[in-house]
Amino acid sequence: MALSTVLETPGAGFNFDNAARNAALEGLFEGGQTPKPLKTGTTIAGVVFKDGVVLGADTRATSSEVVADKMCAKIHYISPNIYCCGAGTAADTEKTTDLLSSNLTIFSLNSGRNPRVVMAVNILQDMLYRYHGQIGANLILGGVDCTGNHLYTVGPYGDVDKVPYLAMGSGDLAALGILEDGFKHDLELEKAKELVRAAIHAGIMSDLGSGNNIDICVITRQGVDYIRPYQESVYKDDRKMKYKYRPGTTAVLTEKVVPLKLEVVQETVQKMETA
Amino acid sequence: MLGEAEPHWLSEEVKTGTTIIAIEFNGGVVLGSDSRVSAGASVVNRVMNKLSPLHDKIYCALSGSAADAQTIAEMVNYQLDVHSMEIGEDPQVRSAANLVRNISYKYKEELSAHLIVAGWDRRAGGQVFATLNGLLTRQPFAVGGSGSSYVYGFVDAEYRKGMSKEDCQQFVVNTLSLAMNRDGSSGGVAYLVSIDEHCTEEKVILGNDLPTFFDQ
Repeated sequence: MALSTVLETPGAGFNFDNAARNAALEGLFEGGQTPKPLKTGTTIAGVVFKDGVVLGADTRATSSEVVADKMCAKIHYISPNIYCCGAGTAADTEKTTDLLSSNLTIFSLNSGRNPRVVMAVNILQDMLYRYHGQIGANLILGGVDCTGNHLYTVGPYGDVDKVPYLAMGSGDLAALGILEDGFKHDLELEKAKELVRAAIHAGIMSDLGSGNNIDICVITRQGVDYIRPYQESVYKDDRKMKYKYRPGTTAVLTEKVVPLKLEVVQETVQKMETA
Repeated sequence: MLGEAEPHWLSEEVKTGTTIIAIEFNGGVVLGSDSRVSAGASVVNRVMNKLSPLHDKIYCALSGSAADAQTIAEMVNYQLDVHSMEIGEDPQVRSAANLVRNISYKYKEELSAHLIVAGWDRRAGGQVFATLNGLLTRQPFAVGGSGSSYVYGFVDAEYRKGMSKEDCQQFVVNTLSLAMNRDGSSGGVAYLVSIDEHCTEEKVILGNDLPTFFDQ
């Protein structure tokens, strides 16, 4: 019987399970181009301010030179008090954060409390280190717990850094310039939001892999404000997904009504117990 | 047009191209490190503290691959906790260095990190151990990381036996400053940890407070 009450303790040592599979898959292409994974060429940033943490991200997902998703959500839910921005291979960041979120939900149900940010970071670090860089996830974790407001970054090889402000992704150098210039300790909420917005904006302007809208997520003791989008790009997409037209848009030339005659063949009555 | 949209440093391994140093004095040790973490040409973290506690009076200095070094330090921290509970007293520095050495030697092909272990214990006072590639050797002082190559001459010429704690701290700060000036992969601020029988003191020296030399 499967036990759903325990956090999965992973096996010890490195995990190269998929290396053989990857090699076999590459062989199938016989020297041709293997399909490239969808990467979120990205700008993500985070700032610790007086009352909590502000996370920001752009919303463009690219597949080589084509924009695959214009409204991609890069700020992932981990727990009610922790959110995570992901850069790198889109599938890896999605799955990793999902797995982390599920495990932490089990922990919360068992212990009756919200997880601490450092716990999420340790679980991520363990997992990414075990896969020795094969999971291409660059993550920024931010959250508020009983010990304070925290911001961490975890790289694909499993290295962890804890700093008051961060930027990651292909647009990180541009964003970091804005953050280095504007960051102060104990910023007010509006200033912090504006700083993160400016940082992501710099990434969008200077990097081809980042673009479209800006999402902002504010986490405080009182709760979470996930503003999606915080700022919309001026180049909006006017295509509608539904194409339903008013009757009469196309001119009606003739109308023919044919009533269908229905014959009752069999009738059964089944009483329902509504006690 | 875009080709590989992602810059290479995002998928490159993050290294602590580094300068680390540890030196023993009568009654304790002083450890020092720079604070730069690089991924290729990009600096990922300019304020990382590379002096990691293994126990109350035993610290290690990290260099090489950031992930490998951090993981080794965490594993040894855990193993030392268990060990010190089993023996019922504070662990010896040699035990800590041995634990680090065992991991470095066993996984020598897979890991690329060098940790210098230094601390104070009741039996042998202040000790510094180098654990490069799985060896274990006690030395009066040890330097490591990419920046160490530039300061071997300096440390060999300037080291004297019987320095006091303050002399050691000055020696460490001078060495770090010289290495940080010459090595592109070292920089930022200098972190110092001084361990003796009575206390463990952590200090940060900001960039503009570091000693300057002839060309600055």
